[in-house]
Amino acid sequence: MPSLGADMKSGILVDWRVKPGDTVKRGDIVALVETEKGVIEVEIFDSGIVESIQVHPGEKVPVGTTLATIRSNGQTIEARPAAAPPPIEEKKEAPLVTAPPPPPVAPETHRPRVSPLARKRAEELGVNLADVAGTGEAGSITAADVERAMEGAKPVPPPPIRPKAGEVLSMRRVIAAAMARSKREIPHYYLSTTVDMRRALDWLAAENAKRPVTKRLLYSVLLIRAVALAVREVPEMNGFWVDGAFRLGEGVHVGVAISLRQGGLVNPAVHDVDKKGLDELMENMLDLVNRARTGHLRSSEISDGTITVTNLGEQGVESVFGVIYPPQVALVGFGKIVERPWAAGGMLGVRPTLAASLAADHRVSDGHRGGRFLLAIDRLLQEPEKL
Amino acid sequence: MEETTPTEAEIRKSVRQALSNVAPEVDVESLDPGKDLRDQIDIDSVDFLNFVIGIHKELGVDIPDADMPKLVTLNGCIAYLSSRALHS
Repeated sequence: MPSLGADMKSGILVDWRVKPGDTVKRGDIVALVETEKGVIEVEIFDSGIVESIQVHPGEKVPVGTTLATIRSNGQTIEARPAAAPPPIEEKKEAPLVTAPPPPPVAPETHRPRVSPLARKRAEELGVNLADVAGTGEAGSITAADVERAMEGAKPVPPPPIRPKAGEVLSMRRVIAAAMARSKREIPHYYLSTTVDMRRALDWLAAENAKRPVTKRLLYSVLLIRAVALAVREVPEMNGFWVDGAFRLGEGVHVGVAISLRQGGLVNPAVHDVDKKGLDELMENMLDLVNRARTGHLRSSEISDGTITVTNLGEQGVESVFGVIYPPQVALVGFGKIVERPWAAGGMLGVRPTLAASLAADHRVSDGHRGGRFLLAIDRLLQEPEKL
Repeated sequence: MEETTPTEAEIRKSVRQALSNVAPEVDVESLDPGKDLRDQIDIDSVDFLNFVIGIHKELGVDIPDADMPKLVTLNGCIAYLSSRALHS
């Protein structure tokens, strides 16, 4: 069970997208997991063949639990009967997720027991154990229960798009824990500057006039790209504060704060923003927001962000004073684009302007470096054709 | 585009479908067709672009950037797309 946030303790396996014997490659979506942040698609970190499934749909397990095992390519291993005791030694066995080993936990008391035969039948028939009413001893699920459930079987319902009130509440709790930790532990400092957006918007309008609707660019993609390129100049904005020290992020994965209409906030990352062109980034953004809305975010997107961008301009506010998302060390906030009188070169004119702010961790950087970072963003936005 | 001009009913259906895709939690029937969608259901610019791309994919009508403001209400969408379909 991957950790999809510093405060996640457990998750419920909703459904498998693979079965034993399937070939998988790094990045494939193998399972759906329900967390307090909603239903997340879990990607696999290794390539190989799925050997066994250890956690079944409906089960709630702590972070770090091995969900399934895979055999890496090139290793020849005897097939083992399903009922054999778990063989660990002499097998190249990779857990699906790279997470710390699970602490020993008592089994969930409210979850009914499932007989091994029932589990095997459920797997064969594709029955979700969470949907089976147990009639065995102390409500345990028997093979006959599974077969009965199969007869009246309905397909496993897709994960809910409209979360129940309780889910919104638990997402709120996750946000509360992360933000309280941020304000408790991170000595924030704040900087702000006003960016002249005339060049960027003129360039964008000219570009979009030439482009079909499917290739159109939004200004927010310029902002995200500028942040990622500025990170190259001031790398201490990109990474994590862990165990009393700064750790540089591997890659520039920009978390994008997306407010969910039904309540709550997700912060999925666009990967490798510094290495992608605007077209690819725009496609990523459209896809990411769409999946955030429909409950199909992926585990790597939830956990990989190295810096966050929040754009509250669309809500009409002029500036943002952000709260860093721990263990990250910086958050860049953008307000709305407003026309203002602007003096430049001894002349007064009217320009579209944008307030860009930085909330950064003073344990990692100082205002001087933060200032350079914000000014780099400003400078990069003056040459939109180079972004 | 050939002679297969979409009917108004088809346009309505496509617009609703595109909107449901970007805002699955919204009951499209309950929306005021004369009011700005962005105010009614709090969709942002990325959602709105996804919505317009969805309409384009459903109906095959290209929508120039300058025309995007015409699509901010359901009634505006129907009127604009009906005229585009007729003239294309």
